[in-house]
Amino acid sequence: MNPTFRKFFVPFVAIVIFLALWEGLVWVMGWPNYKMASPSDLIPAYQRYWDLFLIMGWQTLWRTVVGLIVAIIVGTAIGMIMGFSRTMRDALYPLLVGFNAIPKATVVPIVALMFVGAHDFNTILIAFMISFFPIAVSVSIGLSTLEPEYRDILRSLGASQTTIFWKIALPKTLPEFFGALKVAVTLAFIGTNLMEIVSPHGRGLGALFDSGKTNSDYPLMFAVLIALAALGIVLYYVVVWLERTFAGWAERESH
Amino acid sequence: MSPLIDIKGVKHAYSTADGPLPVLDGLDVTVEEGGFCAVVGPSGCGKSTLTRLVAGLMMPDEGEVWLHGEQVKGPRSTVGMAFQNPVLLEWRTILQNVLLPLEIVPNALKGKAAEDRARFLLSLVGLEGFEDKRPSELSGGMRQRASLCRALVHQPDVLILDEPFGALDAFTREDLWQTMHDVKAKEPFTAILITHDLRESIFLGDQVVVLSGRPARTQYVMNIPRSDKPTLDDLYTSEAADRLAILRQQIEIAQGRTEAEVEG
Ligand SMILES: Nc1ncnc2c1ncn2[C@@H]1O[C@H](COP(=O)(O)OP(=O)(O)O)[C@@H](O)[C@H]1O
Ligand SMILES: [Mg+2]
Repeated sequence: MNPTFRKFFVPFVAIVIFLALWEGLVWVMGWPNYKMASPSDLIPAYQRYWDLFLIMGWQTLWRTVVGLIVAIIVGTAIGMIMGFSRTMRDALYPLLVGFNAIPKATVVPIVALMFVGAHDFNTILIAFMISFFPIAVSVSIGLSTLEPEYRDILRSLGASQTTIFWKIALPKTLPEFFGALKVAVTLAFIGTNLMEIVSPHGRGLGALFDSGKTNSDYPLMFAVLIALAALGIVLYYVVVWLERTFAGWAERESH
Repeated sequence: MSPLIDIKGVKHAYSTADGPLPVLDGLDVTVEEGGFCAVVGPSGCGKSTLTRLVAGLMMPDEGEVWLHGEQVKGPRSTVGMAFQNPVLLEWRTILQNVLLPLEIVPNALKGKAAEDRARFLLSLVGLEGFEDKRPSELSGGMRQRASLCRALVHQPDVLILDEPFGALDAFTREDLWQTMHDVKAKEPFTAILITHDLRESIFLGDQVVVLSGRPARTQYVMNIPRSDKPTLDDLYTSEAADRLAILRQQIEIAQGRTEAEVEG
């Protein structure tokens, strides 16, 4: 089979089989749609609310992406501080781990109250808080595990710390960074939706989900879940594409 | 004429959690221009520390390091380094890796001239045709050859080699010894080579310095007449056997001191 064809065909078939199994399961078990909607129930939901899906989907998407960008900037900065200074690493690590251990679902209502009405801001804040940790850790590990010889090669020529960072430390950390970014994308997405669902008069797909719940529109709720999955897949593959472009050299040739 | 590398009474201690760890204790090494100084000594005695001092990556607690009649006070772009780990940058091609020092050293060759020089060096070590390959596509020996080109590309006064062949199999290593001689014939340099292979030290060095166990001092210096056309057969002569015997004895003495300290 031709590789490009296989790359698109195989996942496509997998999705079709998954949908067929889902449809079949609901049909065989005779589940009513408040227990479990089937794929065929979702089509009317999309037809009825397609404009809402577009608007809400966009809101979810842009806030997730902005939260993620903030997470990348702050996470990379913290990672650099911890990667270059042992003292800062010892100082910040327990704080970060502790912060990360707090379930974000408990932080959401606090943030929602703290900045009442600032819905976009709240959502971005949660998306950021939930997703910067893996980035900070990966960057700090990437920088601190740089073999001393790499540094020495450049330092012996009189290179500055900045040159060493741009020429060696940064590119060498990219594979780990992208690994973390894949995790962070999913997390940021969870963060956005947590806030959207919890906030009163929220926006985004989370709010659409919530309105499905209030109106007992079960197919709508399932339709939102599928839309979220689709957005998640898109974002994830955007990161994969960025990784190929900027850190493709780290890919092992494997078939 | 003053020697190119002059290490005078160098003492150095690292500060560790258990207090200061004296590593070098009265080290004297002199290398003339164009000389090749091989340094052997028990493992952990301070050989890599010596290379870091010569490269100006650290300053000794006491004593002085002079290069080319100037006291070393910091890194200088007139040295080239190669280590046991070839530390090539995976995201660059072999050619781009070799060009790296030229991007940093001031007033270095640029553009086409730089590339020509890198290609010339690569062909000198037998890597012609591998310029556009990634390091991961090369064998260990080939990577070490590329690392050698990178160390030489900016025409350094001093080549500092810290066990560059230590991780290679015996045949590859002997190939590289020959390559070192070939390169030196076309691209003269002054070198300090750290090694734990006595045959390597007498085949490449015109001077072999034996360091004592930690803290290291210069224990023994052997001068070796330079041969016009060195070949591996030189290692199987009776002179070579005698030299190796002396060096082995010196190493045993050096190790003895380490053991005595451990027991005491
Ligand atoms: N930065 C450092 N801090 C503390 N101790 C060090 C440091 N670098 C090396 N050492 C110690 O100093 C000794 C000599 O190290 P090194 O010069 O690398 O030895 P060699 O290259 O001869 O094996 C070793 O015992 C090593 O553990
Ligand atoms: Mg060493």
